[in-house]
Amino acid sequence: MFLTLFLESSIPPSADMTKQAPPFGYGYPSMQPASPMTDSSPSHGRYNQTGYQHLSQPFPNMSQLSAALGGLSGVPELEVEALRPVNLLQERNLLPHRPLDAPEPNLNADLKKANCSPDTFRCTLTNIPQTQALLNKARLPLGLLLHPFRDLAQLPVITSSTIVRCRSCRTYINPFVSFLDQRRWKCNLCYRVNDVPDEFMYNPVTRSYGEPHKRPEVQNSTVEFIASSDYMLRPPQPAVYLFVLDVSHNAMDAGYLDVFCQTLLENLDKIPGDTRTRVGFITFNSTIHFYNLHESLSQPQMLVVSDIDDIFIPTHDSLLVNLKESRELVRVLLTSLPAMFSQTRETHSALGPALQAAYKLMTSTGGRVSVFQTQLPTLGAGLLQSREDPNQRSSTKGVQHLGPATDFYKKLALDCSGQQIAVDLFLLSSQYSDLASLACVSKYSAGSIFYYPSLHHVHNPAQLDKFQKDLERYLTRKIGFEAVMRIRCTKGLSIHTFHGNFFVRSTDLLSLANVNPDSGFAVQMSIEESMADTSLACFQAALLYTSSKGKRRIRVHTLCLPVVSQLSDVYAGADVQAITCLLANMAIDRSISSSLSDARDALVNAVVDSLSAYKNTVSNLQQSGLIAPAALCLFPLYVLALLKQKALRTGTSTKLDERVFAMCEFKSQPLQQIMRTVHPDLYRLDTMSDQGALHLNDCIVPQPHLLHLTAEKLTREGAFLMDCGSVFYLWIGKCCNDMFIRDVLGCPNHASIPPNMTQIPELETPLSERLRALLAWLQDSRTFSSTLHVVKDDASAKTSFFQHLVEDRSESAFSYYEFLLHIQQQMSK
Amino acid sequence: MAFTFAAFCYMLALLLTAALIFFAIWHIIAFDELKTDYKNPIDQCNTLNPLVLPEYLIHVFFCVMFLCAAEWLTLGLNMPLLAYHVWRYTSRPVMSGPGLYDPTTIMNADVLAYCQKEGWCKLAFYLLSFFYYLYGYVIISPVSPLRVCSNN
Repeated sequence: MFLTLFLESSIPPSADMTKQAPPFGYGYPSMQPASPMTDSSPSHGRYNQTGYQHLSQPFPNMSQLSAALGGLSGVPELEVEALRPVNLLQERNLLPHRPLDAPEPNLNADLKKANCSPDTFRCTLTNIPQTQALLNKARLPLGLLLHPFRDLAQLPVITSSTIVRCRSCRTYINPFVSFLDQRRWKCNLCYRVNDVPDEFMYNPVTRSYGEPHKRPEVQNSTVEFIASSDYMLRPPQPAVYLFVLDVSHNAMDAGYLDVFCQTLLENLDKIPGDTRTRVGFITFNSTIHFYNLHESLSQPQMLVVSDIDDIFIPTHDSLLVNLKESRELVRVLLTSLPAMFSQTRETHSALGPALQAAYKLMTSTGGRVSVFQTQLPTLGAGLLQSREDPNQRSSTKGVQHLGPATDFYKKLALDCSGQQIAVDLFLLSSQYSDLASLACVSKYSAGSIFYYPSLHHVHNPAQLDKFQKDLERYLTRKIGFEAVMRIRCTKGLSIHTFHGNFFVRSTDLLSLANVNPDSGFAVQMSIEESMADTSLACFQAALLYTSSKGKRRIRVHTLCLPVVSQLSDVYAGADVQAITCLLANMAIDRSISSSLSDARDALVNAVVDSLSAYKNTVSNLQQSGLIAPAALCLFPLYVLALLKQKALRTGTSTKLDERVFAMCEFKSQPLQQIMRTVHPDLYRLDTMSDQGALHLNDCIVPQPHLLHLTAEKLTREGAFLMDCGSVFYLWIGKCCNDMFIRDVLGCPNHASIPPNMTQIPELETPLSERLRALLAWLQDSRTFSSTLHVVKDDASAKTSFFQHLVEDRSESAFSYYEFLLHIQQQMSK
Repeated sequence: MAFTFAAFCYMLALLLTAALIFFAIWHIIAFDELKTDYKNPIDQCNTLNPLVLPEYLIHVFFCVMFLCAAEWLTLGLNMPLLAYHVWRYTSRPVMSGPGLYDPTTIMNADVLAYCQKEGWCKLAFYLLSFFYYLYGYVIISPVSPLRVCSNN
C-alpha cells in the first residue's frame, strides 16, 4: 500500500506549474522551502531501500524536521529517510537491492527537472553548507566529480550567433539565472544584472518573440554552443594521429603489432575526422624509423635516424600524410609492418628520443600521439633504471618509488601540452617498466594510460583480446582537440585543487590537449565567504574544444544545489559514492607527496571524524554501537574497500607498476567506473527470477539483487556474478545445480568446466538467454569492454575473485566488523 | 681607518642582504602574478627557478664569512634560515635543473599559499637582518662615531 503512496507523491503536484511560463517580473522559482508541494522525502526514499519498512510522511523541509526531531528524540516513525540513524554494528543488510542511484538534491520540481544529470556532474554534498565553519563541523570533503565529455544520447546544439554570457564573470546563460523582466537577467554566479541582447529575444524553436526564458540555452543545463572565431586562437586544427610503436625484440615476441595493425586497418574509416585528417607512424627500437607515405610513391619508404642524441626530422613533408590521399600506402604499410621486424634482434628501446621526434613532428599542428611500449626505456634521453625491489612488494611499512624518477617525461608532457599534443600511453610489458615515470607523459598532456601486464599472443591471449577490443574503442571514440575547461562557482565558493589528466594553466583554467569521453575529473572546493544571502549554489563547467570535423564548440554543464544552514541537512545530503571517489583522489595525492601509510591513516580518520561529528552534534540517541546517518551508512564499507584496493593496500604482494596504474585509474576514471572497481556488484545467478526484470527490445533483462561482498553470501550450491568494472567473474559453486551448468555453460557437470573459460556459449535455453541479456546490459553501461572469467577452483582467477570480497578478513587487513570496531575505538579516544 | 675583518663582513652582508631583499620581493610579485592569472606557470617557473640557488648560496656565503669573523651571535641568528634552506632544497620535487618550483604543482592553492607566505616571511627576515647588520656595522666599525665618543 505504501508503494502506491510513493508513486503518487512522486508525481509532483506542481506539474501544472511547470507547463506555464512564469510571468515577467518573476524571477525563476528558487527553492521554496515552505511549499507543501516540495517532494523531498520520496526522492530520498528511492536512494536507500534497505529493508526500511516505515513510511515517512513527506516533510516539507529538512530543517523543520530536524527541529522536530530534536524535540522528539527516539520517535522512529517521524524520521526522514536520509537522517535515519543506523547502528552499523547491528544492521547487517545495508546494501540496496539495485546499485545505488545518485541522491537527488532537495529542490523544487522545476529546478530538479532542469538540473544537470548526476552522471555528468556530481557533488559530494548535495546540500551545500552556508559557511566554511559549518563545513568544517561536518568533517566531510566538499568537491565535484565531473565527466564533461561523456557520450550523450541527446545534446541540444545551439547555433546562434550570439552566445549570451555574464559581463563580469563570463558565465554562460543557464537554466538557473533569474529574469528580472523581459530585457534583463541576473547572473546566478556573481549576481550581476545583464542585458538580454535583441537576438536572444527571438526563440527559433517555438518561433516566438519576447520569451527569452524559453530558449533552449535556458531550458537545458547541458548544451553545446557552436563557437565563433572569437573563441579561436588559431584556425581549428585538423585531426592528426601519430602512432609510435615499439619494435624491439621484446615487442615482437609479445606479438602486439599484428593485432594493432589488424585493428587499425579494420577501423581506418571509423577514425573520427574529416577530409583533412592526417596520420603518421614512427617505429623505434635502438634507432628511430620514419615512414614517408607521400601519395606519389608506390610503396612506403622507411627512413632510419640512428643519431638518437640529436633527433632531427629527415624530411618535412610526407611523414604525417593526409589519410584520404595516402590511404593505399597506409594500408600497405600496416600490412607489411609486422613482417618487417619479425626477425629483429634489437633489445634496446629508445623511447625518449622517439617521443622527442614525435613532438618535433607534431609541433606545428597538435593532435594525438599513441605510444606503444613493451619494456623499460634503456637508451637515449629519458632512460630509466629498474627501481622496484621484488622483496618489498608485500611490505607493510611503506611503498617507495611512487613518484617519477626523472622529470624528462613531465617536461616533455608540458611542452606537448603547450603545442596541443596529447600523448596516450599503452604499456604492454611483463617486467617492471617504471610506469610512475612514464605515466607523467600522459598525465600532464591530457592523455590516457592503458596497461596490459604480461601481454603475449601465445601465453596470455585473454589480455591480447582485451587489448584488441580496447583499441577498437580507443580508435573510434569521439575526440576533441586543443581544449580548455573552466569551472565556475557561485560567489563564495572557490576551487583549490584539481584531480585528473590535464595541465592547470591558471587558477581555474585547465588546459587539455585532447578530450575524450572516457575521462573523469575531480575538484575540491572551499567556502571563502558565507553564502547566507542565497539559497542556491550553482556550478558551471564549460569545455571549449575543436571537434574532429574542425568545428569549434563549447559544451556547458550547469549544476544547481541548495544551500543549507543546519548541520543535519548537510548530513542528509551527503553523497557517499562521490565522497568515496574524492577521498580516493586525495589519498593518492597524499601517498605520492607524503607516504602511503599517511594516506591510509587519513582515510580512516575521514570516517572517524565524520561519524564523531555526527554523533556529537546531530544524533540525539545515546545508544552504544556505531551510529551513522542512513546517507552515510555505506561510508565505512566503501572506505574499507578503498583500503583494500591495489592502489592503497599494504601487506599483500602488489607489483609496483600495477599499483601505480591503479592509482592513475582512480585519478582519471569517471565515478561509476571507480565505484564498480572499489565495491564490485555481486549477484546470485541460479536463483534469478523475472521479478522486476526490464523488458528491452524483446529481451528480458533480469535485475537480481545485490549481495554483500563476503564469503558468507557465497554457497556451494550457487552460481554468482561479480561485476568489477573492467572484469566479470562468474563463480560456480562445487555443488551447483548440474542443470544450471549445462544450460548456461554447455558442460555436463562442474568438473568438466574448462579451467580458463572466458566466453559464455550461446545456447537456446532460457537461463542462457537471461544471463547473456544481463551481461550485455551490464556491458552497455560501460564504454570499454570487460573481460569475463569463469572461476571454479582455478588458482589464479580464484585469488583475484576472493580479493574483491572486501568484508572478509584477509591476512593483512580487517574484516568489515573488525573495521567498525576499530572506528568505534578511535571515536572514543 | 683600519677596518677589522668583522666590520668588513657586516658591510658586505649589508650589501648582499639588499640583493636578498630584491629576490624576496621578486618572489612575492611572481606568485601574485600567478594567482591573478597574469602569467602562466611554465614561464613563471622558468624565471623563478634560476634564482633559488643564487639566493641560498649568497646566504651560505655570508654565514661562512661570519664564521671566519667569529661573530657567533649573528651566525646563530642565521642558522635557522640555513637549516630551512637545506630542508627546502632537499625536499624539492624531482627535477633535472636547479630550482624548487614545479609548474604542474605550483597552481595548487595550498602550494601557492605556502610559497606566498614564505615570500613574505623571508622579506620580513631579510629586512630585519638588513637593519641588524647596519647596526652591527656601526657598532663594530673602529671609525664608529659611537666608539670615538665613548673614548672621550
